[in-house]
Amino acid sequence: MANLTINGKTFTLDVEPDTPLLWAIRENAGLTGTKYGCGIAQCGACTVHLDGVAMRSCGISVSEAEGKKITTIEGLASGETLHKVQEAWIAQDVPQCGYCQSGMIMAVAALLNEKPKPTDADIDEAITNICRCGTFQQVREAIHTIASA
Amino acid sequence: MNKHISPRLNRRAFVIGTAAVGAGLAIGLDLPFGGPALVRAADGSPEIGAWVVVRPDDTVVIRIARSEMGQGSLTGLAQLVAEELECDWTKVTTEYPTPGQSVARKRVWGDFSTGGSRGIRSSQDYVRKGGATARVMLIQAAADAWKVPASECRAENSVITHAPSGRTTTYGKVAEAAAKLTPPADVKLKDPKDWKLIGKGVNRLDTADKTTGAMVYGIDVKLPGMLNAAIKDCPVFGGKLKSFDEAKIANMKGVKRVVKVGDTAVAVVADTWWHAKTALEALPIVWDEGDNAKVSSESIAKWLAEGLDNSQPAYVGNKNGDAKAAIAGAAKKVEAVYSYPYQNHATMEPMNATALYTADKCEVWCGTQNGEAAFAAVLEASGLSAEKCDVHKVMPGGGFGRRGQTDYVRQAVIIAKQMPGTPIKLLWSREEDMAHGRYHPITQCKMTGAFDANNNLIALHYRLSGQSILFSLRPEALQNGMDPAAFQGVAQSGEAAFGYSVPNLLVEHAMRNPHVPPGFWRGVNVNHNAIYMECFMDELAQAAGQDPLEFRRKLMGNHPKHLAVLNAVAEKIGWNTPAPRGIYRGIAQVMGYGSYVAGAAEISVTDGSKIKVHRIVASTDPGYVVNPAQVERQVAGSFVYGLSALFYGGCTVKDGKIEQTNFDTYNSMRINEMPKVETVMMPSGGFWGGVGEPTIGVAAPAVLNAYFAATGKRIRQVPLRDQNITFA
Repeated sequence: MANLTINGKTFTLDVEPDTPLLWAIRENAGLTGTKYGCGIAQCGACTVHLDGVAMRSCGISVSEAEGKKITTIEGLASGETLHKVQEAWIAQDVPQCGYCQSGMIMAVAALLNEKPKPTDADIDEAITNICRCGTFQQVREAIHTIASA
Repeated sequence: MNKHISPRLNRRAFVIGTAAVGAGLAIGLDLPFGGPALVRAADGSPEIGAWVVVRPDDTVVIRIARSEMGQGSLTGLAQLVAEELECDWTKVTTEYPTPGQSVARKRVWGDFSTGGSRGIRSSQDYVRKGGATARVMLIQAAADAWKVPASECRAENSVITHAPSGRTTTYGKVAEAAAKLTPPADVKLKDPKDWKLIGKGVNRLDTADKTTGAMVYGIDVKLPGMLNAAIKDCPVFGGKLKSFDEAKIANMKGVKRVVKVGDTAVAVVADTWWHAKTALEALPIVWDEGDNAKVSSESIAKWLAEGLDNSQPAYVGNKNGDAKAAIAGAAKKVEAVYSYPYQNHATMEPMNATALYTADKCEVWCGTQNGEAAFAAVLEASGLSAEKCDVHKVMPGGGFGRRGQTDYVRQAVIIAKQMPGTPIKLLWSREEDMAHGRYHPITQCKMTGAFDANNNLIALHYRLSGQSILFSLRPEALQNGMDPAAFQGVAQSGEAAFGYSVPNLLVEHAMRNPHVPPGFWRGVNVNHNAIYMECFMDELAQAAGQDPLEFRRKLMGNHPKHLAVLNAVAEKIGWNTPAPRGIYRGIAQVMGYGSYVAGAAEISVTDGSKIKVHRIVASTDPGYVVNPAQVERQVAGSFVYGLSALFYGGCTVKDGKIEQTNFDTYNSMRINEMPKVETVMMPSGGFWGGVGEPTIGVAAPAVLNAYFAATGKRIRQVPLRDQNITFA
């Protein structure tokens, strides 16, 4: 059993303590916006925020996440108001297949929280998610659009 | 609700929550006795022909048979229909008919296959007619109501106007009446110069849910009572499952069943996928690996190298003059051998499918590039007839050719069949996905060029040795044993025609098919053929002491469309002006999928081994551009895929198995490695070429040619990581 605080809600989940947070979120909490891509913290598709910090949830156990504030893509918006990253993603048509974009958006949201006006070098350093469709050019442009707003 | 217009839902139809496609995936059939055939969507709204449903609130639902997988075809196809329909684009939504429904209606939606960059170009004619047909019927219905000739009415933005009287109505108001009319036998399509929506870079129709986590991919499908399966197939292709010790994992948490899947694989079924995967990893399995376990990358390379020898048999794909004789008597000749490895598609979402089997029904939910092929796999694996089966397409997390295959669909059904009544979601681990790809084929190529005393290229011999995709996947498409697709980009004519005129030319293929299963991998045979030909073209230019662009131009007089796109990138990159200090340029062109494309790269190189790709200019002439914003994204995306393969890709074989297991050993480029991509679209009209794939062919050779310009060294093998060359 584990108690997780996800998107402001407490979930009591029947999981072993070493279960990766990713699978507890997807299968036990039923929030499937967070995606599985590699399981070894390489691709970033499973990125969530832990106390505001972007983390790859496939590499964190449930026991490590207990007591922390977990935010997934489903919890990024404030009620009906989308997060500025989501809005920019829609306005600039960033996603292609979209599968990596939950993780990409969470990574970008965390970057902008830390650095509201990131340089290209900041983006290069912070955004290390894999996108096989190759949306990087749109990702970069959208980040700059948000930063200059 | 009025009884007459209440929909009779197709019992097999199923709606997945707030699924990706409008109100849902369900389409019902309602064929009332005695009246004209009136077909209704699941919500009761009438069909105006197979492609269009109009709701009373003027929402237009456009049916899409091809699969969206990120490439934007769903939006482009809707634009094609809406252009002719003259409907309000802001009220357009889309839905997928199921393959089962299409088969039941004599394939009214045509081909579902989404590969070969065909999504738009192969259906543009009939989907535009679908839109035009609906427009004619809607106008006729309004004219009938007003008792005026239809010729006095016109439609725009979903509003029908009778000009002489000034009366207006909307599509939603006349849809019921329109649906009862007999469709016109023939409709006239607009002249391209009159297009208003085609050619506009409108935003995609499927973006919002991809930013909130709401989009349902195959991996996200949830059905009541569903269990999860993890699978391991014999890691040596062609090997078999010998035995497994089920007792060892029977008591592990969540485990429900351990099942054989055909004679090559075993799956663990559990309450959650994490439990299934954990138990599968603990399951003792004995494989019968067979003779293929002796195969390695080295043994494959040796076998392919033998095929480069002229004494070995080969299929001739393109020929004029007598290349061998001309080379023998030439003043100067140049020879080089290149190679290209296996590549995994590595879609971000690993393969998966959810199947529900009962004695009289089998349904599957999955991402697929070919709904009808998935449907056929369900029929075969379930043993049930077509009317008892269906496939519900959901958004695939990438396709790139991999999801045109149906191995994962078949597996899901075989598992579900052993647990009737229980929905089973089969998900491959990334490791399984790496081990059981349908890989970009492996080839080598020996090229020989010959010059006369004045440095004119008089002969070219292009000898490929290696794998044929069609041999493995579509043997019926072979021509007397020859794989015509092997010559993509170097073919005599057609949609992937060679762009140079050489007086003596011989292009041939010594087919050698190792046991590693090949597949259609974005760009397919264009990938290696473009690297081989375009890098060797640079070698020939160097041997002739000529500029690579000028050398090409002299050979392209009879190929004006190839030349036009090459000239466009040369101009845009500033080929004839000096590059900035430390920046080096390379250029390439190819034709594939009916489109003419070229690329020019600017790179810098540090320590001879660290490449920074600063900029790539691409040009494409696909005949017509439906959505320029999506074309731009496809071009840039194709470069990410192609350059990832060039720098980081390459799947190697040891003991008959693929050695790479995940993104740590099969890496993919990141945003910091992304060049600025500038796309020049130059649609010349009169033909329809593809977009998703062709440009992938020019990224790698343009960069490799720039690398030579920077270092004086030729790279003739892929991937660069094996040569200790990396992104800077």
